[in-house]
Amino acid sequence: MTFSYQAALAERGFDVTMSLAAGETVAVMGPNGAGKSTLLSSIAGLLKPDGGRAELNGRTIFHLGGNSSRWTPPHRRGTALLAQEPLLFPHLTALDNVAFGPRSAGVPRKAANREAERWLAEVEALDLARRRPAELSGGQAQRVAVARALATDPALLLLDEPMAALDIHSAPLLRRLLKRVLAERQAVIVTHDVLDALMLADRVLILDGGKVVEHGPTRRVLEQPRSPFAAGLAGLNFMPGTLTKDGIRTGRGREVAGHLEEAGPRHGPGGPGVAVFPPSAVSVFLTDAHGSPRNSFPVSITDLEPHGDQIRVRAGGLAADITPAASADLGLVPGMTVHFVVKAAAVSVYEA
Amino acid sequence: MNTRTYTGLPRWLYGLAVLAALVVVLPLAAIVARVNWVDFLPLVTSESALSALGLSLRTSVASTLLCIVLGVPLALVLARGRFPLQGLLRSLVLLPLVLPPVVGGIALLYTFGRQGLLGGTLEVLGLQIAFSTTAVVLAQTFVALPFLVVSLEGAVRTGGQRYEAVAATLGAPPGVVFRRVTLPLMLPGLASGAVLSFARSLGEFGATLTFAGSLQGVTRTLPLEIYLQRETDPDAAVALSLVLVAVAVAVVALAYRRPAGRGVRQASTERATASAAPGGTVP
Amino acid sequence: MKRATGILLAAIALAAGLSGCANSSTNPAAGGTEKTLTVFAAASLKSSFTELAETYEAQHPGTKVVLNFAGSSDLATQIGQGAPADVFAAADTRNMGKVADAGLADGEPAVFATNTLAIAVPAGNFAGISSFADLAKGGTRVVVCARQVPCGAAAATIAERQGTVLKPVSEENSVTDVLGKVISGEADAGLVYVTDVRSAGDKVESVPFPEAGAAVNSYPITVLAGAQDKEAARAFLNLVTGAEGQSVLAGAGFGAGRK
Repeated sequence: MTFSYQAALAERGFDVTMSLAAGETVAVMGPNGAGKSTLLSSIAGLLKPDGGRAELNGRTIFHLGGNSSRWTPPHRRGTALLAQEPLLFPHLTALDNVAFGPRSAGVPRKAANREAERWLAEVEALDLARRRPAELSGGQAQRVAVARALATDPALLLLDEPMAALDIHSAPLLRRLLKRVLAERQAVIVTHDVLDALMLADRVLILDGGKVVEHGPTRRVLEQPRSPFAAGLAGLNFMPGTLTKDGIRTGRGREVAGHLEEAGPRHGPGGPGVAVFPPSAVSVFLTDAHGSPRNSFPVSITDLEPHGDQIRVRAGGLAADITPAASADLGLVPGMTVHFVVKAAAVSVYEA
Repeated sequence: MNTRTYTGLPRWLYGLAVLAALVVVLPLAAIVARVNWVDFLPLVTSESALSALGLSLRTSVASTLLCIVLGVPLALVLARGRFPLQGLLRSLVLLPLVLPPVVGGIALLYTFGRQGLLGGTLEVLGLQIAFSTTAVVLAQTFVALPFLVVSLEGAVRTGGQRYEAVAATLGAPPGVVFRRVTLPLMLPGLASGAVLSFARSLGEFGATLTFAGSLQGVTRTLPLEIYLQRETDPDAAVALSLVLVAVAVAVVALAYRRPAGRGVRQASTERATASAAPGGTVP
Repeated sequence: MKRATGILLAAIALAAGLSGCANSSTNPAAGGTEKTLTVFAAASLKSSFTELAETYEAQHPGTKVVLNFAGSSDLATQIGQGAPADVFAAADTRNMGKVADAGLADGEPAVFATNTLAIAVPAGNFAGISSFADLAKGGTRVVVCARQVPCGAAAATIAERQGTVLKPVSEENSVTDVLGKVISGEADAGLVYVTDVRSAGDKVESVPFPEAGAAVNSYPITVLAGAQDKEAARAFLNLVTGAEGQSVLAGAGFGAGRK
């Protein structure tokens, strides 16, 4: 029970390789246009890549390029798709919507309805069985859509930002529901929300510009991000560069002192590395305040914005969180040049 | 009607709108005013009138069915298919909308007529189209098909094909998707398209006159009967015109009636936000 | 409502202005002295009357003849509704009667031409039609005018007189429609006027039949009561009924009129 996938689509600069172990759920994250939808569509069979190969549970679902042009149509893939919008068939009741998959598979009406009732109960929506989609709230409709997808007993469940269109009250309910049904199930979930990745996924895959830029267990990726996007998700400042003996040197020749997270890095000094530190560890000074072991970066303020009960100061691609009082004392305004100071002890350095 | 909300319409616009309405309504009112009510019933129930009305209804129903059978696939292929010269085909299919009907009649004559493109072949098969009721149905289909295709293609295009994509991932083969998803979703559009086609068929005159001829009970539809009666009996022509107006009003009212339930496709796309599901990106 | 009426009238004036239909017999814009004479004539008179209008204009410099050709019943209806015409030439006495009965004719209409039916067949005469009786042969596709129009009435009269039962495949509204079906080869034969066959050139052949004399169609002409310049209108009428007019009409296949 595994899934392996490799596909390229030149027109969109898309080239992704990924795989799933049995019962594993992977969260796919990345900025808009990163190729997340292309990935899901090509797995579902709604979009044909130029070349590549994918196997689901030992069955080839496509093999394109070279001499091979095998392409299984979407209805024979067993990859049910749950989109951001529920897309319940508006002319069918909730029950008929859920029974749609089984009936398409040839299950007789009565048995399909029983199956549908079971899945509606599973998503706590049995009382909605007789309703039409227009009579359901967004959250109710999405629950019915989950039941509809599960009722097909998919070999692989594809979820495309299933919580994105829901209000803040419906989302947690659906998230809990998904956590329950995704356990021990092969699924790929595209999400923007780091909470989804943490709660629902075993691993996370970061896409950017059509390529996988980072992947690994969700916790590790969030704790030690190796891509700016993952660092952004984790809310951390991110500085890439080359490893030195006590930190990294950035592309612009700036030395960043920190503590190495891993004993005995594979490549040692000179290899690619990243320095990562939280905005809360950054202090803001008007003048250069040296003093070892500290890092001080002269930067120009681009933005000031509220962040919880703090003020987030954005400057030079980095962020610092300071108190409103401190901000007022310093008289910070966008365009000002200040110094971001961070203790070496607060900077994590590891191989990229 | 809410009279409290701001409409943003300047007052003079109402003047012109009234004028526009008058351009349409006034001539219709003039017909009603000219009807000879004393003889109305005998006039519209004369043998020739009933025969023409019956023929008109029969042929219009037949051509509407033909429009549905041929128009649904055409609209779907135009809206969703991908093939070379698709834009050109779309323009060509819409041509009868803007062609003078008599041109349509001439075109049909040179296609299905005895000396026409297919005429020889049809003759060999023992089919004589000209001067037959079949010719009337063909002429009506020719002018009415674009109405169905246009309204249906619009509906299909706005709806997108995300439902179809979802249905496929749920395991439904194309045939099932068409029957259980596409067709039901296009029903409102199909209904109004069919009603419009029916109305257009009912009013068809020029192409029929040119291509099918005019013979009571065979090819003389109500518009042709009106045109003929005008020669000798203006009262009969006016009375029959009123019948045709009444049927047309009923048909148009039916087409633009707010459906009792909500327009299904609309109701659900309203709630759905703009961002497209993967299904929306199939090339 | 006053305002809406005002707008409506303004729009009608606008439509009239845009389409340039100034309803006056004299056209001051064209030099001040040029007069126009408006003649409403049956469609079958098109070529003859066009020629005669030129003759008239040559004889009466400064007068322009405006010709309006249409079916006689259409023209009669238009005149009845007040269309500005000086002369009316109809293809049958019934439509002229409508105008005369309404008191719109100035004096007694004069018959200036006659027309008889002929059988028109497509060039080649594939169905081998040689007589009126042949039209009743099985399998012959005959097109005639509907009984409600003059050419149809004439055809019906002849058929009854002959005891021939015609089973037409179509009963058209006008001679033009009948001729169209013959020209395109859809019909094996059609009953039209001698003059129509002649004007159709070599696309159709004419099969004359002696029985046609049983139904002679008379073409009456009159000056209209509403004519702007009765002198000019009468001059045109005289041209048509005179030797010159009769010669042109005979050339088109019309029979002589009677005074």
